[in-house]
Amino acid sequence: MAYHKFDVVIVGAGGAGLMAACQLAGNTSVAVISKLYPTRSHTGAAQGGVAAALGNVEEDHWQWHMFDTVKGGDYLVDQDAAEVLAREAVDAVYDLEHWGLPFNRLPDGRIDQRRFGGHTRNFGEGPVRRTCYAADRTGHMILQTMYQQSIKNQVRFFNEYLALDLLMNEGAVNGVVAMCLRDGEIHTFHAKVVLFATGGYGRAWRITSNALACMGDGMAIAFRRGIPLEDMEMYQFHPTGLYKIGVLLSEAARGEGGILRNSEGERFMERYTPTLKDLAPRDMVSRAIIQEIKEGRGVMPTKDAVYIDLTHLGKEVIDSKLPDITDFARTYLDIEPINAPVPIQPTAHYAMGGIPTDIEGRVISDEHKTVVPGFYAAGEVACVSVHGANRLGTNSLVDLIVFGRRAGKHIARTLHEMDYVPLSKEPEGFAREMVERIRSRDKGEAQIHIRNELRDEMMENVGVVRSEASLLHAQKKLVELKERFQQVHIQDKGKTFNTELMEVIELGFLLDCSAATIEGALARQESRGAHYREDYPKRDDANFLKHTLAYLERDEIELRYKPVTLGMFEPKERKY
Amino acid sequence: MELTVKIKRFNPDVDKKPHWETYHIDADPMDRFIDVLNDIKWTQDGTLTFRRSCIHGVCGSDAMRLNGRNQLACKVLVQDLGAKITVEPMLGFPVIKDLVVDMDPFFHKYEKIKPYLINDEQVPTTERLQSPEERDRYEESTKCILCGACTGSCPVIWANPEWVGPASIVNAHRFIFDSRDQGAAERLSILSDRLGVWRCRTVFNCTEACPRGIPVTETIEEVKRALIYGDTKTE
Repeated sequence: MAYHKFDVVIVGAGGAGLMAACQLAGNTSVAVISKLYPTRSHTGAAQGGVAAALGNVEEDHWQWHMFDTVKGGDYLVDQDAAEVLAREAVDAVYDLEHWGLPFNRLPDGRIDQRRFGGHTRNFGEGPVRRTCYAADRTGHMILQTMYQQSIKNQVRFFNEYLALDLLMNEGAVNGVVAMCLRDGEIHTFHAKVVLFATGGYGRAWRITSNALACMGDGMAIAFRRGIPLEDMEMYQFHPTGLYKIGVLLSEAARGEGGILRNSEGERFMERYTPTLKDLAPRDMVSRAIIQEIKEGRGVMPTKDAVYIDLTHLGKEVIDSKLPDITDFARTYLDIEPINAPVPIQPTAHYAMGGIPTDIEGRVISDEHKTVVPGFYAAGEVACVSVHGANRLGTNSLVDLIVFGRRAGKHIARTLHEMDYVPLSKEPEGFAREMVERIRSRDKGEAQIHIRNELRDEMMENVGVVRSEASLLHAQKKLVELKERFQQVHIQDKGKTFNTELMEVIELGFLLDCSAATIEGALARQESRGAHYREDYPKRDDANFLKHTLAYLERDEIELRYKPVTLGMFEPKERKY
Repeated sequence: MELTVKIKRFNPDVDKKPHWETYHIDADPMDRFIDVLNDIKWTQDGTLTFRRSCIHGVCGSDAMRLNGRNQLACKVLVQDLGAKITVEPMLGFPVIKDLVVDMDPFFHKYEKIKPYLINDEQVPTTERLQSPEERDRYEESTKCILCGACTGSCPVIWANPEWVGPASIVNAHRFIFDSRDQGAAERLSILSDRLGVWRCRTVFNCTEACPRGIPVTETIEEVKRALIYGDTKTE
């Protein structure tokens, strides 16, 4: 067993993890563990931009951004967190610029800004240009810039280490157990503070924009150690995933003027959201697309897609502002977006829910906001909650940089109060047993059947539209899949770079995240944001203006609830 | 369509040297090649090992040699590779297992060229100004995803793995030509030594291999010109 000791251990090397690491490196012993090389993290796939009320192109105020975030999240947003997000976005964007991020510029040299779904001027009057961007590869640029800063600050990386377990003793978090992929060795990291920034779990659905790495690792690891997961039923489907493969076509395509059309060529969003039309929030656009398909106005032989039409934008706009995404259409569908519309489908995209934290990034364990000593989370793995029931486009990158930064700064400020809580005896025992159980099984089922059936089940029954019947079906299926998972067999028994073993461990994580999603969705008998129940089509503030907390207790999921932090903006009906 | 996929395998736990293994599998011509590799792993041979993550050409995990050319397995379709496909790990990198190569030396070389903005001036309270034209000057080299396809296709690297290689030069270019950066002299001095830009033989393999369409060779030439003429911030 290898043993390491660092004041701070960060798991995950995407935008949030690196942002936190850069606040700490130099003054603190900090290690970043990542199951990929840092530049492979899924932050790099984010396209459209990062919102901040700089007001460079037209009048804008952080209060407007905050309002849009709260309303976009269908009022399930904690307003203290939304205020922090909108206020600090401005400074965080300037930080990125100072670190060299190559934002697109206005002729006078300031950062250019563009429109994005749900971002409005003057509390909902019409679209506003708030989104800072670097072509349609803003996430790539944030990830590169943060990695560059990590090198400058000499952050210590453990690349290609798969996290397996969170260590706790005396009620505090005191380390992490991870497996080095290169030689299969188990490593124990003893720490004063652990920060999880491991991202989401979009791979639970058949059609997804998420990387193969997005398997819910951090959420499931914490969940198994008694940490709750908040609002897991709130999962966002992005309206415009590339037909069949789900690769994202950024909302920037609509921000720049792209139009959704059904099989009759109609701009159908005019009927659903007359003010913002194609730039309505994602939950509404995804539902509208599903409705069009249901009423027979889908396109392609399968009739389960609609078109995004960019042909009127012209070659110059497409080439300068949307080069990457139009390249995806050419590469994967053999379609030239300058001349022809591109078929798209809603694609599983983003977890609004996750490990509950306060606005400093500290993980909390219950409805009374009790802090778990030594444990932080930031980014998609966390639920602050700034996205509530539906995240606005570009607010994910804002979340990473604002709350990654805050968590890092808070750790830096308070680390002197923290001690190394002693490790328990054989700290790696639980992880080692999990690994060996899988490796030593000499017969059983291949993982692929479980993986495929899970993704189909989640797509059919826990997707854009849900009902009690669909969710009960999924609940039953999950019990079956979890049982079968206990008998999974792998062919690769080796130590060196065993990705088959890694995939099975990850599948276990994915099953736990999916189960929490289904339970939360079943209990939430209302429709709010991304969670749409056809048997309860209205929002029900009297009974459900509250956050779900799911706990794993002896293999059963138990639900509790936590009030929403209200504030400046009273819950109102959500119209666009 | 029915594919014959011949893959160069090596597992240090059991093999003394690499060997070839052939798989037969059915695939849609529009499938990405990474889908085929996943299918083989998931339905035929769980021991087949390769890196992958985003599977749409932006994370840079799955650069490998397909039919003799470095490509991202997720950015090439089956129809473009044909019915007989030969798969090898990238040349010029130590092999860890099957298609997985050791990227650590590659990243160490990247770190050597100081790949971060160098500017010690007091920062303004808002953004530094940069005109769209100044930004265009280094736009192409910001697209790099550090996949290694260029470096692994370079005959100079095959002959001398110590060479800095095209990817590092592209990333040096990204800062040398950024109007906000003041570290050009330090980087140019690193790139002018015996393992620097002058070893480039202008073979253009790197440019052909780049999955991001970066004009890599031209980028290297611009760095050479900056070394000769000393001007980095204008055309």
